[in-house]
Amino acid sequence: MHAPSSGQPAEPLLRTVGLTRHFRVGGIFGKTLHAVDDVDLEVGEAEIVALVGESGSGKSTVARLLARTYPPTRGAIWFAGRDISRLSSRSDLLAYRGQVPMVFQDPFSSLNPVHTIGYVMRRGLRLHRPELSRPEREAAAVEALETVGLVPGRSTMSKYPHELSGGQRQRVGFAQAISWRPRLILADEPVSMLDVSIRIGVLNLMLALRERGISFLYITHDIASARYVADRVVVMYAGHVVEAGPTEEVLHRPVHPYTRLLLSAVPDPRASAEVAVGDPGEPPRVINPGEGCRFRWRCPLAVERCAMVTPRLVPISEGHAAACHVTTAGKALTPEGAFIEGA
Amino acid sequence: MLLEVEDLCVEYLGTRPTRAVDHVSFSLSDGEFLGIVGESGCGKSTLLFGLAQLLSPPAQVTSGTVRFQGQDLLSLDERHLRQIRWRRISVVMQSAMNALNPVKSVGTQFSDAMRAHGERDRTAIRQRSEEVLRLVGIDPAHLHSYPHQLSGGMRQRVMIAMALLFSPELVLMDEPTSALDVVAQRSLMVQTKQLQRALGFAVVFVTHDMSLVSNFSDRLAVMYAGQMVEVGPTAETFAHPLHPYTQGLLEAFPSVHGPRVPLAGIAGAPPDLSQVPPGCPFHPRCPVRIGPVCQTVIPLRHRVGNSDVLCHLYRTESSSVA
Ligand SMILES: Nc1ncnc2c1ncn2[C@@H]1O[C@H](COP(=O)(O)OP(=O)(O)OP(=O)(O)O)[C@@H](O)[C@H]1O
Ligand SMILES: Nc1ncnc2c1ncn2[C@@H]1O[C@H](COP(=O)(O)OP(=O)(O)OP(=O)(O)O)[C@@H](O)[C@H]1O
Ligand code: SF4
Ligand SMILES: [Mg+2]
Ligand SMILES: [Mg+2]
Repeated sequence: MHAPSSGQPAEPLLRTVGLTRHFRVGGIFGKTLHAVDDVDLEVGEAEIVALVGESGSGKSTVARLLARTYPPTRGAIWFAGRDISRLSSRSDLLAYRGQVPMVFQDPFSSLNPVHTIGYVMRRGLRLHRPELSRPEREAAAVEALETVGLVPGRSTMSKYPHELSGGQRQRVGFAQAISWRPRLILADEPVSMLDVSIRIGVLNLMLALRERGISFLYITHDIASARYVADRVVVMYAGHVVEAGPTEEVLHRPVHPYTRLLLSAVPDPRASAEVAVGDPGEPPRVINPGEGCRFRWRCPLAVERCAMVTPRLVPISEGHAAACHVTTAGKALTPEGAFIEGA
Repeated sequence: MLLEVEDLCVEYLGTRPTRAVDHVSFSLSDGEFLGIVGESGCGKSTLLFGLAQLLSPPAQVTSGTVRFQGQDLLSLDERHLRQIRWRRISVVMQSAMNALNPVKSVGTQFSDAMRAHGERDRTAIRQRSEEVLRLVGIDPAHLHSYPHQLSGGMRQRVMIAMALLFSPELVLMDEPTSALDVVAQRSLMVQTKQLQRALGFAVVFVTHDMSLVSNFSDRLAVMYAGQMVEVGPTAETFAHPLHPYTQGLLEAFPSVHGPRVPLAGIAGAPPDLSQVPPGCPFHPRCPVRIGPVCQTVIPLRHRVGNSDVLCHLYRTESSSVA
């Protein structure tokens, strides 16, 4: 398992450039909430990228931007060679959303209790694959349900959501998404509401779907599950990407102080209880944040420069980058692969 | 013993009678930290409510005893219970974050609680309120704050502070950290543990996340379908889980350490408690079940080392204790 995606295509499946989304808050006094700022994100073919970060760091906003729930304030979203951030016709959006569907956190409220699973599946297919005939639609729905382990698919079609368990309902979400022949699934905390004993089944399903060529943006708080499925990890803090790289690399050699804090907080039955996190757990400040590193108020390593200049992502090793004035100093990788002082 | 629970059953009576707590027995010493883990719907909250005598219809204790410092709580009337609750046994409810009154300041909610328990002295109330806020690491200035002005983690800590107003001997906590992210969760756990050590109260801590309590609880109890299927010292249970369900749970957690290994999880789903399978309630999902006995006979409690386990696999190795 976890074979890295084959080859390095010149252009990734999805690439965002300077993706930014601000919200106006505070009524007439007009403050600006920087939910997502200057995010450059890549997802390759048949690749699972985990987007991790604490509550309010902007993960769901990124997903909603990629799903085109709303347009970005700034920046571009390149998907399969096309900038979709400016798509506006209904048919273009429907076609795009069929290729890049979203699976939500809550399997209990995302399905309407009055409709059968079959109804939900057929309706989605009519919308996103209008070219199918009625029997083709039926077959596509059954096939998708069976792919996610809801067998026999035909009898699942006649069930209502309340007749399914949480894990099964979450599988319906995935079945719906894959019936549209997606290339990339945006999965926003798809297992956090599920019981521990059934979570792993849904994660294994993601791994199986990746083998069939589907990419994922997997949004989660849970670093351990990110490690289980993801080829690469992207860490967000207060709307910025603060670190990104191959999963094992980021986990074993975290560079950004926030990533280090996050990893030190993961409960570990093998570690002793005495390692105290001396962190106040303050929410990030994203309203009118101004220049500077947004982690500086919590950062044990902050220096003067951190309050004045926003750190940019600096490549440290192949595919691994972090945005920190202190911890990347002297580690920056030059194009030739050598380290240079003070970059 | 601070708390002794014997054969406790709690049922939701009604058209589909549900036994959410099924013959649960355990005990707790002074100052001990017991973690109770189990999946959604297995009866954790019902058990805590049963301990605190906070059940309301259709829930009802149908058998067993709950002794607190030797006194049977089930035999006390509401007036006597009120003297014990909050003063000596306090509860931090599930979704505590949203349990604060949104239109009252933190200080007002604290003083309301203290007044309701007979404290009249305004100065004493203010001093104690400031003291408990400091205990949980919140600036006493926040006595003037309203809940919406606090972050989720701060609200959780305010609830814990509120539970400590009367220096209880036992604090029951129901998923107090489940709405927080890892970093905030960790710091709240560390803080709770430090408080518990400093003040000496005992804790029963309910969570669905076994790894969360792994570093903090002295003993761990695992619930499945209303039963306490395994109770033992936390470190031993993590090192050598006895019950097949506990073993499955531990194998269902991906780890951030060691090699990446494929995990299988546990097949199937937890049962609906109004239709619990006969015999061992875990048998339909159990990978090592033994013949018809698991399907038909309810397992007894067996003592293995320092743990109690409800599973037929251990019938020959030891004598049953219940
Ligand atoms: N529609 C909106 N209007 C105003 N502010 C918003 C809106 N959507 C999100 N925000 C704000 O943007 C920030 C990022 O929110 P987002 O939901 O993306 O966080 P998240 O990382 O997904 O958090 P969580 O882990 O809690 O789901 C938050 O401060 C949030 O309050
Ligand atoms: N008011 C009620 N009437 C009938 N049955 C109930 C009622 N409240 C809870 N139950 C049932 O009792 C069982 C135990 O519920 P309880 O809330 O104790 O579980 P829990 O372990 O705390 O779950 P969670 O982790 O989701 O909080 C559940 O199966 C539930 O369906
Ligand atoms: S009693 Fe039998 S079915 Fe139940 S856990 Fe033990 S071995 Fe498995
Ligand atoms: Mg979110
Ligand atoms: Mg509960």
